[in-house]
Amino acid sequence: MAKTRIRLKVNGEDREVLAPVHHTLLEVLREELGLPGTKHGCELGECGTCTVLVDGRPILSCLALPIECEGREITTVEGLADGAALHPLQQAFAELGSAQCGYCIPGFLLSAAALLRERPRPTRPEIAEATAGNLCRCTGYLKIFEAIELAAARMTDGTQRG
Amino acid sequence: MAETPRDDLTIIGQSLPKVDAAAKVTGQTLFADDLVLPRMLYARLLRSPHPHARIRRIDAAKAAAHPGVVATLVGSELPIPFGILPVSQDEHALALDKVRFVGDPVAAVAALDEETAEEALKLVEVDYDVLPPLMSIDEALRRPDARIHDYGPRGNVHKEVSFDFGDVEAGFAEADHVREDTFFFEGSTHLPMEQHAALASLGPDGKLTLWSSTQTPHYVHRALARVLELAPAHVRVIACPNGGGFGGKSDPFSHEIVAARLSMKTGRPVKITLSREEVFYCHRGRHPVSMWIKTGLKKDGAITAMHFRSALDGGAYGSYGVASLYYTGALQTVTYRIPRYKFEGVRVFTNKPPCGPKRGHGTPQPRYALECHIDKFCHDLGLDPAEWRLRNTLPPGAVTANQMQVRTIGLRECLRRVVEASGFSSRRGRLGPGRGVGLAASAYISGAGLPIYWNAMPHSGVQIKVDRGGGVAVFCGSTDIGQGSDSVLAYVVAEELGIRPEDIRVVTADTDLTPVDLGSYSSRVTLMTGNAALQAARRVREQIFAAAAKKLDVPAERLRAAGRRVFDAADPSRALAFADAVVLAEAEFGTLGAVGSYTPPRSVARWKGAGVGPTPTYSYSACVVELSADRETGLVRVDKVWIAHDVGRSINPLLVIGQVEGSVYMGLGEALMEEQAFRKGRHKIPSMLEYKSPTTLEMPPVESILVETLDPEGPYGAKECGQGPLLPVIPAVANALFDALGVRIDEVPITPEKVLAALEGRLRGPRMPEFTYPETVIVPPLEPAAPAAPQETTR
Repeated sequence: MAKTRIRLKVNGEDREVLAPVHHTLLEVLREELGLPGTKHGCELGECGTCTVLVDGRPILSCLALPIECEGREITTVEGLADGAALHPLQQAFAELGSAQCGYCIPGFLLSAAALLRERPRPTRPEIAEATAGNLCRCTGYLKIFEAIELAAARMTDGTQRG
Repeated sequence: MAETPRDDLTIIGQSLPKVDAAAKVTGQTLFADDLVLPRMLYARLLRSPHPHARIRRIDAAKAAAHPGVVATLVGSELPIPFGILPVSQDEHALALDKVRFVGDPVAAVAALDEETAEEALKLVEVDYDVLPPLMSIDEALRRPDARIHDYGPRGNVHKEVSFDFGDVEAGFAEADHVREDTFFFEGSTHLPMEQHAALASLGPDGKLTLWSSTQTPHYVHRALARVLELAPAHVRVIACPNGGGFGGKSDPFSHEIVAARLSMKTGRPVKITLSREEVFYCHRGRHPVSMWIKTGLKKDGAITAMHFRSALDGGAYGSYGVASLYYTGALQTVTYRIPRYKFEGVRVFTNKPPCGPKRGHGTPQPRYALECHIDKFCHDLGLDPAEWRLRNTLPPGAVTANQMQVRTIGLRECLRRVVEASGFSSRRGRLGPGRGVGLAASAYISGAGLPIYWNAMPHSGVQIKVDRGGGVAVFCGSTDIGQGSDSVLAYVVAEELGIRPEDIRVVTADTDLTPVDLGSYSSRVTLMTGNAALQAARRVREQIFAAAAKKLDVPAERLRAAGRRVFDAADPSRALAFADAVVLAEAEFGTLGAVGSYTPPRSVARWKGAGVGPTPTYSYSACVVELSADRETGLVRVDKVWIAHDVGRSINPLLVIGQVEGSVYMGLGEALMEEQAFRKGRHKIPSMLEYKSPTTLEMPPVESILVETLDPEGPYGAKECGQGPLLPVIPAVANALFDALGVRIDEVPITPEKVLAALEGRLRGPRMPEFTYPETVIVPPLEPAAPAAPQETTR
């Protein structure tokens, strides 16, 4: 299979991979770059499980081609924490039991991180709207909403930094 | 394990984070598809394009010759059948001579990469003789000549039952009012976010290891050894953390066996990850069930008799179906007083993906029917549905007509609490046009009373190893599917040893390393592994206390453990650090460790078929749904849900509420939109784009109320909470819709099309398939001497 050289900046690191040109960003992250934190759920861009940030905006990595992302900042769940210190969203999701099986959680975290950048204190309807593209079968979403609200409160009152 | 209420608990009852929470929020939890081994091959399965066909010829030679292909596999290389139940060993890893649904696996290819494997599948030549597709119960019953399987009593009947507990006809004769209703519950699927994956590796020692997203590593272990003809001691199954299960990962699956066989064939690790479409074909989801229910009542609402019939569309294989069938008739009796009861049921094979256990296994369908039927007869008799339920709940310790033993029952408390919190009684009928409230209640098992393979061994085992540094390792076969079972083990052991959950390493779901736990099904894990962990921890604590007692010169009975210390309850300043006490104990007794196990109490039931329904204790739930319905579009929006659940005791309220909220969510999806539907022999919607499930925008606020009954059979009094709270949600929606619109839609999902049809008076109600149930078995009542009190049974 013909492979193309692709240069990507992932979680602040410059990476270079050889991958078939039609492979999705999701496949390249998981299989070539050793970043399995990004999950797959539907192969159709319907479930939001594979959400990553490209230049701070949430995109579905199962529908994105890596060559479109060259020269842009890609953030996966592995890049959310500051070293060993959890991101306030991760902290809140852990504390409030928002991750049951946890499979959809990386996608939710990145959708939420993008939301909080735009709207530091979102309302419940804004949170629901911003995460409407992420499916979760375990939680009924409520503990996820609560965690996003808790993280937003902590980040805006200065107790934690994002 | 008899448990007196305790007020000295420091870990149990706290809303602590799960032990794996940090791994899950940082993306470090490794699910089965995240695993990669050196030299690993990727395999794909070829699946049948026909719902029903005989295989005339299969030739994988061209696929085998395709560049990049390392091995191919066809059914004749895996001739031994398997199936989760001993009575339904009717599956083959790859079809031998016949395919029974679109998606039935036929052949497999292992290649250097997944795309090559996929390409090579197209080169496998299969000639089929197409047989008539039987896509419904009616079609399958009409064509007894076109048998899908060559077992079962006749035609396409998989299993049929009929039991009378106490002469229902006499009960109907005594009644002032008799009502009959028919309901239909469409099937739905689990839709776990993680697609099933399995990685198999034949090691250089000739032993096979399988990592899999399974809820039941113990049963997969059994199936692999049997089908692959390997010594069980040479097969190791490791269940990875499941990315959601809900019952859909509880069967041994074709892809697990195929990955293992291909690894044996190639001497290399082989991984199979299913596509989302394939997950819809694996299914094992909610059975479509047609139900008829007839109840006789006195004027005051007292039930004189109930007769219930079910007909289950089983799909192409047995799976858990015999158990599912019995479950449709088992638990109607454990909520309200029903002095006489009759159950008739049938499960029919059809050419669709096999049905099996989905959250609530076989009981949400009849519970939906029963709770709607109750509202209807209350309406007939002018009774208040909340009052009727409150007045007719069973007392604690009741033994039902079908010989189910109730222990503690928090049903009345659950009803009272949701009715009060929601203002149900004052708001019903008064919310204005298009708005309504509905009430329903339910019960569920805290673990099946009997194992799938009947034997006298424990259902759950725990082993504890204590380290000189004060660390503790807990080994258990249980599988964390997101419900938090690993955390429950850590909480129980931490509580008993007086340390913190973070001091504990939990090793689970590995058939080589951990004692058997039967699996994450039937809501059994907290109660059963909890009791096993409690016993193991108390045994090891006994040694630690004996050594500490000597050192502190205090009687061992006076010692307590908390806050990483062992201390004298009478004088807490006389204390040892936990780690120091461990060192003393190891010096005295040698290497420290203990095992514990749990076996449920023997059921009081004495009839053939009573293997399904008994449990160590039932959980109870009650729910009020408030909704708005649009007369123009038929759209139903749920505005709020109040739910109370009798959890016995909350081991961790945060996690219990998480299970309750998740159950409400899944129940709402089933009530309003989810359906595993078929068209012309094919799955209509095998994708997440088409299979509708609730998003963040459909989820209403939920007020969860936890009721604690401190059940003597549960660890610290705990019952289940992962499945039961789903049950009342669906009928509460249907009952609320009647309050809102004045129409009854006796089938779920309640889609906008059905709402509009009902409003326009053109909705055809469900009907039962034409079927003559077998001769009724008259079950004699139990001798009055039957034990009614909870028993001490833990070994």
